[in-house]
Amino acid sequence: MDFLYLIVVDPFVQMADMPDFLLQVLWEGFVAGVLYALIALGFVLIFKASGVFNFAQGIMVVFAGLTLVGLHEKGVPAYLALILTIGVMGILALAVERFVMRPLVNQPDIILLMSTIGLTYFLVGFGEFVFGGEPKQMITEELGLPTGSTAFEIGDGGLLILQHIDIAAAVIALIMVGALAVFFNKTRIGRALRAVADDHQAALSVGISLNQIWAIVWFAAGIVALTTGIMWGARSDVSFALEIIAFKALPVLILGGFTSIPGAIVGGLIIGVGEKIGEIYWGPLVGGGIESWLAYMIALIFLLFRPQGLFGERIIERV
Amino acid sequence: MRLTCLIAGTVMAGTLVGGALPAFAEELHVPLFSYRTGPYAGSGIPIANGMHDYLTMLNERDGGINGVKLRITECETGYDTQKGVECYEQVKGDGALVISPYSTGITLQVIPKASVDKIPVLSMAYGLSAAAEGNTFPWVFNPPDTYWDGASAIVTDIARREGGAENLKGKKIGYIFLDAGYGREAIPLLEQMSSDMGFELMQYAVPGKEMQNQSSQWLNIRRDKPDYMIMWGWGAMSPTAVKEATKIRYPMDKFYGVWWSGGNDDAAAGGEAAKGYRTLNFHGVGADYPFVADIQKYVVDAGKSQVDPAKFADNLYNRGVYNSMLIAEGIRRAQELSGKTVIDATDMRAGLENLDITEERLKEMGMEGFALPMKLSCTDHSGHHKVYVVEWDGKDWQKSGDWFSPDVDMVKPLLEKAAADYAESNAPWPERTEPCATN
Repeated sequence: MDFLYLIVVDPFVQMADMPDFLLQVLWEGFVAGVLYALIALGFVLIFKASGVFNFAQGIMVVFAGLTLVGLHEKGVPAYLALILTIGVMGILALAVERFVMRPLVNQPDIILLMSTIGLTYFLVGFGEFVFGGEPKQMITEELGLPTGSTAFEIGDGGLLILQHIDIAAAVIALIMVGALAVFFNKTRIGRALRAVADDHQAALSVGISLNQIWAIVWFAAGIVALTTGIMWGARSDVSFALEIIAFKALPVLILGGFTSIPGAIVGGLIIGVGEKIGEIYWGPLVGGGIESWLAYMIALIFLLFRPQGLFGERIIERV
Repeated sequence: MRLTCLIAGTVMAGTLVGGALPAFAEELHVPLFSYRTGPYAGSGIPIANGMHDYLTMLNERDGGINGVKLRITECETGYDTQKGVECYEQVKGDGALVISPYSTGITLQVIPKASVDKIPVLSMAYGLSAAAEGNTFPWVFNPPDTYWDGASAIVTDIARREGGAENLKGKKIGYIFLDAGYGREAIPLLEQMSSDMGFELMQYAVPGKEMQNQSSQWLNIRRDKPDYMIMWGWGAMSPTAVKEATKIRYPMDKFYGVWWSGGNDDAAAGGEAAKGYRTLNFHGVGADYPFVADIQKYVVDAGKSQVDPAKFADNLYNRGVYNSMLIAEGIRRAQELSGKTVIDATDMRAGLENLDITEERLKEMGMEGFALPMKLSCTDHSGHHKVYVVEWDGKDWQKSGDWFSPDVDMVKPLLEKAAADYAESNAPWPERTEPCATN
């Protein structure tokens, strides 16, 4: 009976007792969710256009962040470093299309996945060779991003602390999602991209250049990676440990669907808020540390009801 | 035809080189396990530079140790236990005098191998705390202090600030740690102290994969409101924790890190708000020592170092130097005891066991004020030496208070028991047969 109370009643009593803390948990979950969503977005873009699960998305986040900070360390002004980094991500997209994707057209999906694993190792080695293995501090202030925090008093001595960089992350993520939505739905290239996603051969038959589309989509994923690198780097540091965090996006993808941009956003937020609430209020019952697997549990529960994910395309295969 | 010529040429060249150089020439092979890559490189790079540069300085300035050059090799482990064991296997047949794993995980793996292969393991202030018991672990050394010494020292300092150990009763002390062999090592001691002194120990594990995603742990800390926090962080975990602590406005002067969480970059990540963050230390900070000037002259200025000039002589760099100083002094002592200049690993073990670094010797080495004298013995492979606290002033570490001893009276019997338990659970653990060499 006591155990039931601890599971069913006590967490809600805690929430009611400390509303400021509940708000803080929700806010932290929201921010984490936004960042997960940004990472997931990179995966979705590439999967949508080419059917490739881009294992290298995590290292692209690190590589973009390192390039930005590394260039600045070499004396390049922050905004110029940002533009140059965008250029580097463009070159990377062209190189991936030319040397990785193009030779592997029509190969099984697993081969393409393996090629992105190879790309990961290449980028790890290349990044360490050029910029060294030491973590670097993000040039937050130099980029004009806000630092510091604002605290709001809530109730009787309660405190809600909002980091300015977290607010900026949320705003930038929203702008990015909006821009991508417009790009996909309203532009010629966006429509071509969706056509490629639907059917490669049909797209080719109406004159859409597969190579061009792939280069564009890898470039877009590179921009998303750069944004994620800046935001996550500002929260901690830019280091090769960030690469692993990218896999936090996996449950987001399972939940939101591999092909849906709104799915990545909603999935990210559900996972971000869900894992924080679970860890803080239910985690202590089992000794804590449930965050790392809770996200997968949430995703699996959703999968039981919607195997294609929240917004994924339903696959109907007739035999 | 071309391929045949290439193979023949390679074989001939190999034969010539192999014939010209004996397997172990007049040299002393010191392998350094390092990690300049991967998620822990932020901590690994300064350590590796410090270790490498001090030994290189001895080669350049003194021609090695007692006229014998040091052969310094590095093996990249990436802080990965499996790679570390591969490194061990790689160097053990190459005349390695001593193994410096630089990872508690790797240390735990090589401890059982060391006594079989007869290669001493120097896990300087890390690794298995119980290995301080020389009678059980004759081939393992963990000077100047074990993790249990470190944990007891932090609690001792907290007790001092609270006006006595009796005032810790009812207090809450949080322990945030890397969820790996390293971070878990101090838990038994802290639990024992918690039960003895009556403070509540609250544990916050940070999985290796979540090092840069600690907001949940720090939300829990904010809710639990521990009076003090202790951190066993490494790699990307430490700077992230410092940043998160500032985010929840935790009082930084009540936040202690073990000596490994005291990198300059670790504290700098928190910016101005990290002022007051403190860690343990057992060697000097900064560049104001004669030996540092020698490293600068013979190694850095000569282009033989990989150190970033801005990070030369920072805290973890000096830690690496201290590690290499212990190796060098172990070699010197082994040479004295054996009467040979070219020693082997067995001699090295005796050298480490009889290490006696006096005030005079420190002065000779240009390390006066950098380190305290230290002495090991057959039974005590750690020494449980004094430590002190350094405090981050926003730009650099500053000494805060005097050197003080860990709670040796409490730690020692626990170590003896832990060593006995280790031997029992790894039965048949070999009885010590190595003599206590002295001259």
